[in-house]
Amino acid sequence: MFLINCPYCGERDQQEFKAGGEAHIERPKQPTELSDDEWAEYLFMRKNIKGVQFERWNHTHGCRKWFNMVRDTSNDEIKAIYKMGEKPPAQ
Amino acid sequence: MTKNLRVKSSEYIDETNRISFKFNGKTYHGFKGDTLASALLANDVHLVGRSFKYHRPRGIMTSGSEEPNAIVQVNPGTNRTEPNVRATEVEIYEGLEASSQNCWPSVEFDIGGINNFLSPFFPAGFYYKTFMWPTSFWEKYEFFIRHSAGLGKSPTSNDPDIYDHRNIHCDVLVVGAGISGILAAKNAAKNNFKTLLVDEKNELGGSTIFENNEFNKIDNKAPSEWLKKEIEEIKNIKNLEIKTRTSVAAYHQYNYLLARENLTDHLEAKDKTNKIRQRLLKIRAKKVILATGALERPLIFNNNDRPGIMLSSAVKKYSEFYGVACGNKNVFFTNNDSAYESALSLYNKGINVEAIIDIREQSESKIVKKIKETGIKIYWSHSIVDTAGYKRLNSVSIMKLSNDGTSVTGSKISISCDCLGVAGGWTPAVHLYTQSGSKLKFDEEKKVFLPNQSTSEQISVGSCGGDFKIDEIIKNLNHKLKDNLNIKETDLDNIKVEIDQENSKRNIWLLPSDKPFGKTKPFVDYQNDATAKDIKLALREGFRSIEHVKRYTTTGMGTDQGKLGNMHALGIIADTAGVKMGELGTTTFRPPYTPLTFGTIVGRNVGKFFDIFRRTPMNDWHVENKAEFENVGQWKRAWYYPINGETMHQAVQRESKAARESAGILDASTLGKIDIQGSDASEFLNRVYTNAWSKLAIGKCRYGLMLNEDGMVYDDGVTTRLGENHYIMTTTTGGAANVLGKLEDYLQTEWPELDVYLTSVTDHYATASLCGPNSKKILKKIIPDLDLSDENFPHMSFKEANIGSIQCRIMRISFTGEHSYEINVQASYGKDLWKKCMEAGQEFNITTYGTETMHLLRAEKGFIIVGQDTDGTMTPIDLQMDWIVSKKKYDFIGKRSLYRSDTMREDRKQLVGLLTDDPNIVLEEGAQIVSELNQSPVEMLGHVTSSYFSPNLKKSIALAVVKGGKIMMGKKLFVPMENKNINVTVVNPVFYDEKNERLNA
Repeated sequence: MFLINCPYCGERDQQEFKAGGEAHIERPKQPTELSDDEWAEYLFMRKNIKGVQFERWNHTHGCRKWFNMVRDTSNDEIKAIYKMGEKPPAQ
Repeated sequence: MTKNLRVKSSEYIDETNRISFKFNGKTYHGFKGDTLASALLANDVHLVGRSFKYHRPRGIMTSGSEEPNAIVQVNPGTNRTEPNVRATEVEIYEGLEASSQNCWPSVEFDIGGINNFLSPFFPAGFYYKTFMWPTSFWEKYEFFIRHSAGLGKSPTSNDPDIYDHRNIHCDVLVVGAGISGILAAKNAAKNNFKTLLVDEKNELGGSTIFENNEFNKIDNKAPSEWLKKEIEEIKNIKNLEIKTRTSVAAYHQYNYLLARENLTDHLEAKDKTNKIRQRLLKIRAKKVILATGALERPLIFNNNDRPGIMLSSAVKKYSEFYGVACGNKNVFFTNNDSAYESALSLYNKGINVEAIIDIREQSESKIVKKIKETGIKIYWSHSIVDTAGYKRLNSVSIMKLSNDGTSVTGSKISISCDCLGVAGGWTPAVHLYTQSGSKLKFDEEKKVFLPNQSTSEQISVGSCGGDFKIDEIIKNLNHKLKDNLNIKETDLDNIKVEIDQENSKRNIWLLPSDKPFGKTKPFVDYQNDATAKDIKLALREGFRSIEHVKRYTTTGMGTDQGKLGNMHALGIIADTAGVKMGELGTTTFRPPYTPLTFGTIVGRNVGKFFDIFRRTPMNDWHVENKAEFENVGQWKRAWYYPINGETMHQAVQRESKAARESAGILDASTLGKIDIQGSDASEFLNRVYTNAWSKLAIGKCRYGLMLNEDGMVYDDGVTTRLGENHYIMTTTTGGAANVLGKLEDYLQTEWPELDVYLTSVTDHYATASLCGPNSKKILKKIIPDLDLSDENFPHMSFKEANIGSIQCRIMRISFTGEHSYEINVQASYGKDLWKKCMEAGQEFNITTYGTETMHLLRAEKGFIIVGQDTDGTMTPIDLQMDWIVSKKKYDFIGKRSLYRSDTMREDRKQLVGLLTDDPNIVLEEGAQIVSELNQSPVEMLGHVTSSYFSPNLKKSIALAVVKGGKIMMGKKLFVPMENKNINVTVVNPVFYDEKNERLNA
């Protein structure tokens, strides 16, 4: 059970949160201009790294805000947490 | 007749408080403070169980939670019965009953004991090897195997006890209240850390509390005396909470630990009622100090499992702590000095010690010299090669050990004895440490795995950290505490410790016998009957990974998780395979450290609290009027309202007819409702729904379909424009929470520039849906001053009105195809609204209908239910709902996916109607659809998604998804069932009132 430092509420138990997959995948502004392959790249392709991964999380049972997390998936160490729209920390 | 082996009064045993209890039907006596194990031993009962596989007689081996053999059924035959309880942990109370497990008809005469004589035929993997042929017979074998296997019996009636959960946040959690834990907790608390100290036993002090080695001194006092003073002191420290009978079961990441606090298990039945039995503590600790101690290892030799063979430390604890002699003729077998402390303890109490057998060549420690002075015979460089006595040990045979320790020589000596204390060294209890994800390292010198790299804020102190001698413990504890808690001084700085420095040990994982190895039974895992032979066999058969050997031989897989024998298993594998133990690694220690009851895990979440129910404001009315309910998500929804013993079919037929012929009323309060406000609300709806929203006039309603980004239908519902920048969206009952989540996600992450605010108002409104040709007249009676003409209040529009002083929102929308109104009021007025409608509708025979009739009515109209007619693979085009997909809008969620080559395939499954050739046959939902009957294998074209008998059409109707169904209108297909093939025809999915004339009827 992680202890997650919600950027809006502070430290809370993991059970208040929901993971939302890989971060920094922007929805294309002009989807109709994309080929099937390009759209599929956005829609389906996700990394699943053993190691440092950038993820989206949502404080579902709290402020309901989405934010980003940098987590080492091999030991679940949370390296950084930052708000949506903020720049990811340098690796 | 049993002898009483109580030898000396102990301060932990209250001899004025005599307690009677039953074991295997026979009454015994013990004292307050006894465990079931100590009380049985005082009555000279060693034989308490039978082993799992060979049904060998087994006795009490230990004095703690690591006990592999003495596992009993407590209070058998009652609703408080519990299997697999360690007799060493059960505190006795008046009226306690316990019985042996895994034996029939009794532990004294167990028919399964024949397995012991057949044991050559039961090697590792026996079941896998034997019962595989022929494959189809496995089910038959399994029936018999299951019948004879299993430890203990589950209770058959409800658990009468109350269980609880509690969250605890602390600065420092100390696990284990031995000398290290007590000193750690004391110094943490005194330095203003909010500290929690837990221990699985009922008394604090660990093993030091009965430490009697006269050569060890703390501040010139015996360690036990010194520690008692410390214990008194910590009981009064502010900041320090102490919990005994509390066993930490799991240590998860981020210092999250689960512990079970036992509150009433030691009480008499009459004192147990209406109290919390066990409490699950969910602990978040900033820092964790593990002081879990060490477990003594046995030695692995031939027939090392007989009743009367115990750990040397247990023999000592029973004598010092409980005042019980485990035997009249005691022998010790050791590879280190621990056994000498035990022997001296017995000697000092006048208990007879026959001999000590030591595999070492010599030891120069003070305690050994002391034993020599007592005249107890010591056999150096000797090993036990066999033991005798079926239900109780009666002798051991010893021989001289060769220099390399792999064989025995010389003549055999037999020593008569009834108790053998075995000391094989100490294994740090690193279970919790590794559960936390931290890594171990093998210490070649000490032959133990020790904490190495921690993943969280934690330290291991005392013997679980590899310090076994009191001077080392205190010295290392002192600087670990200073370092970890960042404190400058502790009260450990000035403690003077004297100890017996000599500490030699000779480690031999598997001791030799004079018999051929194949004829011996050196048990490694007592509970699962895994021997060193099984482990070697597994290696011969090619198993290499320790995890594989464990599963193949079941070593370490009992309820005790191999706390005693796992290290020997590793040692034997390493020796046999010729690898280093450090390279071999360990098997994974998994939670729980000791078994948890289901009651503790679920806590208060039982019965109606198991899962939350949501009820509508009108629920009481439905209950009073005998509605049957169905679960929709967490909601309890009225399903149908049977009258005079109607079946569901009869009720639904009646309700459906009434709704179309006169008037029906449905409780629609469960539909999800999201209030949407903001200057970009229209633009937002444009992006989330497939159709266009900018031009929806204020006061109008529109049906919308929501897709996932992959183009598949996600949810649907009617949204109403209440004002320029104000909408109310309805969602499906089950989808409400997810839809809100998805909309919030897009707003926060993809379109933060939009000025839109979302609020869930599902629970704030109660909704009654009034439908049928007389619905207008009924509404008119309720709200006489509202103009209900089609001109003023047409289909798909909205009005605000008052019923008396109650404000309401009325939408003229229809899910049944009939003229209908959805009336929304503040939830607290829901029941009043419902009653008013019923009253006003009485003259029109207004009929309440439930979800089943709603489903039937909408199916007649071919309206889909998301989640029933769709399954996450249906696009709007597949549903023949092309009309709702805007061609003009540049973008909406899922739009691009509708033009992927896969979603444009013409042979995708598409929604169609099905009519059975025989109008009386109702198809089964989920039934498969094919076009050929005489082909094998036959292609499955699709399946039935909704199916009913329509009382209004007087025939069976069904919705189905069929590959390429769109262009199959009129085609004959088949629904093959178990006993018959049903002929069906593909039709348009709208069965009733195709021109929508009834909406304005």
